[in-house]
Amino acid sequence: MSEKELEIRDVSRIYTDSGNAQANGVEALQHVNLDVYEGEFVSIIGPSGCGKTTLLRLIGGLDLPQAGEILLHGQAITGPDPSRGYIFQQGGLFPFMTVEGNVASGLKARHLYGKKKQDVQKYIDLVGLTGFEKAYPHEISGGMAQRVAIARALINEPELLLLDEPMGALDSFTRADLQEKLLEIRQKSGATMILVTHDVDEAIYLSDRLVIMTPRPGRISEILKIDLPHPRDRGSEAFSLLRSSILEKFHLASAHE
Amino acid sequence: MDAASVKGSALLANQAHQKGKATDRSYAKKLTLAILLTVSGFLIAILGNLLIPQIAEGIKTPTYELGALTVDLNGFYRLVLSGIILLYLLLGFRAFFDEKYRAKYLRQARFRFVMGLVLLAYDICGTKLRITPQPFFPGPAQILETFLIDTQQIYTNLLYSLRLFSAVFFSGVVLGVSTGILIGWFPKAYYWIYPVLRLTGVIPAVAWMPFALTMLPAPFWAATFLIAICSWFPVASQTAFGIKSTPRTQFEAARTLGAKTPYLVFRVAVPNAMPQIFTGITTACASSFTCLVMAEMMGQPGGLGYYINVVKVWAAYYKVFATILVMAILFSLILAVLGAVRAYVLRWQKGQLV
Ligand SMILES: Nc1ncnc2c1ncn2[C@@H]1O[C@H](COP(=O)(O)OP(=O)(O)O)[C@@H](O)[C@H]1O
Ligand SMILES: [Mg+2]
Repeated sequence: MSEKELEIRDVSRIYTDSGNAQANGVEALQHVNLDVYEGEFVSIIGPSGCGKTTLLRLIGGLDLPQAGEILLHGQAITGPDPSRGYIFQQGGLFPFMTVEGNVASGLKARHLYGKKKQDVQKYIDLVGLTGFEKAYPHEISGGMAQRVAIARALINEPELLLLDEPMGALDSFTRADLQEKLLEIRQKSGATMILVTHDVDEAIYLSDRLVIMTPRPGRISEILKIDLPHPRDRGSEAFSLLRSSILEKFHLASAHE
Repeated sequence: MDAASVKGSALLANQAHQKGKATDRSYAKKLTLAILLTVSGFLIAILGNLLIPQIAEGIKTPTYELGALTVDLNGFYRLVLSGIILLYLLLGFRAFFDEKYRAKYLRQARFRFVMGLVLLAYDICGTKLRITPQPFFPGPAQILETFLIDTQQIYTNLLYSLRLFSAVFFSGVVLGVSTGILIGWFPKAYYWIYPVLRLTGVIPAVAWMPFALTMLPAPFWAATFLIAICSWFPVASQTAFGIKSTPRTQFEAARTLGAKTPYLVFRVAVPNAMPQIFTGITTACASSFTCLVMAEMMGQPGGLGYYINVVKVWAAYYKVFATILVMAILFSLILAVLGAVRAYVLRWQKGQLV
């Protein structure tokens, strides 16, 4: 078994600091515990509003827990860091920079552009956007935009890649395409990946482990190991068995509330 | 589908194809007509000036050396009209190749034709018959004569205005953007500076005039102060607004990439605020023109406003009109340059669905 990379210890997050009175006191996360191992692909799945984004933001260091702690290699996370790449649900790209500029911004922000200039093209090629270097974000499709965001995060060679429903707004073809890309990237970079999704098929297809969350308060209801060998066949019996058992668990989990 | 209808639809398709071709070819004809229409108005104005005799008395026609040419006021007027014709011919030539510009050229043809006719009528009433109140409304040829009489003065005063404007406008913009960044980024700066900004923003810049003239060592500095004030406010407040409205995700994305505060301010917030900054600059530009002319009229030793003041004393209203013409052209050019810079800087917005 590989080394423990991330430990989430009894983490809670209640939104009390919101300007919106109605949202105040929402218990977005309640006593969440999770360990993630090096090189693992973990999917977090659950209905809208169950705290998936909240959890991912905490891991990314964009937010801090009110109770409990999140440790990376035993060290508490205090803020964002380029070693933890973050792909936003939407709107993460800089609209005023070209594809190339966006990817390069990962280096420029750390004053490494002078040294690693040639990496820009390398990562644009890796995500399959060769030829679109000079395009602006509004000129490319949603799927391409997410790939730019991934290239921009990867250029910092993160050990952990956090993806918040990167395929949420994509059509099924683009989605399948991006899923393959993710597996390929994982293979090449060896990065640990935590993917937030609400698509059961996607989660089964990609992950080593699957974390099921339930809302109000946001909690982890179950963690499943998926042992199917890659490449996985969505039509296989094992796959459909897994799918129906997970969907059932979902129903149970939400009925529980 | 039976044979006849197949044949019918093929015919239809063929017709449509030919029609498409025809419209392709006919734009050349349409554009040629538009060019002719555009220049014919000015041509008529030239002919009118040439053929209609001077009926009213009181128009002197001394001649001036203009390079190799010797012209009087009518000759110069016709020369200018010929220049306009040449310009529109060249633009028409461009319209043959530039599809976007073509539509605009076609649209403006009628207006330009009528402009030529209006000039003709004005020439007749103002100069030939002198039935407009004199000396308040001189004809176009008389107005243009200013450039022959006072060539040097107009030139020096134009340079003076331009120098004053560019120096001060730039510093006003730089100052405005810096203040805007400061109050847009730091809540404390917002708290302390924004009320001051609001207050100075509503005060008409001219109200500072007496203060500026007495307190500052030279009229140049007084004008500098005034123009800086009226460009500072809109730029600062728009910049602050733009920075404050930068989406939070943008900052978070930058932070996950390892960005520190300088990057967040200058590479994320400022580019996000660029559309607003340019709105501020455009507003500032317009109000700076006002301040500029006003300052020149009240104590500057030079400039177009100063020139108007001087010639007004001699009731030389044709020179006043000539100066106004220069201002119109100068300020339009400045705004056009600003527009081009804006289009370049904001090219990332081009074609964006907002
Ligand atoms: N900034 C915030 N202020 C107040 N409430 C919030 C905030 N962000 C999220 N919430 C609430 O916390 C809960 C979990 O949100 P989120 O983590 O975004 O869920 P998910 O990503 O699973 O859809 C929701 O009920 C949401 O309304
Ligand atoms: Mg979410």
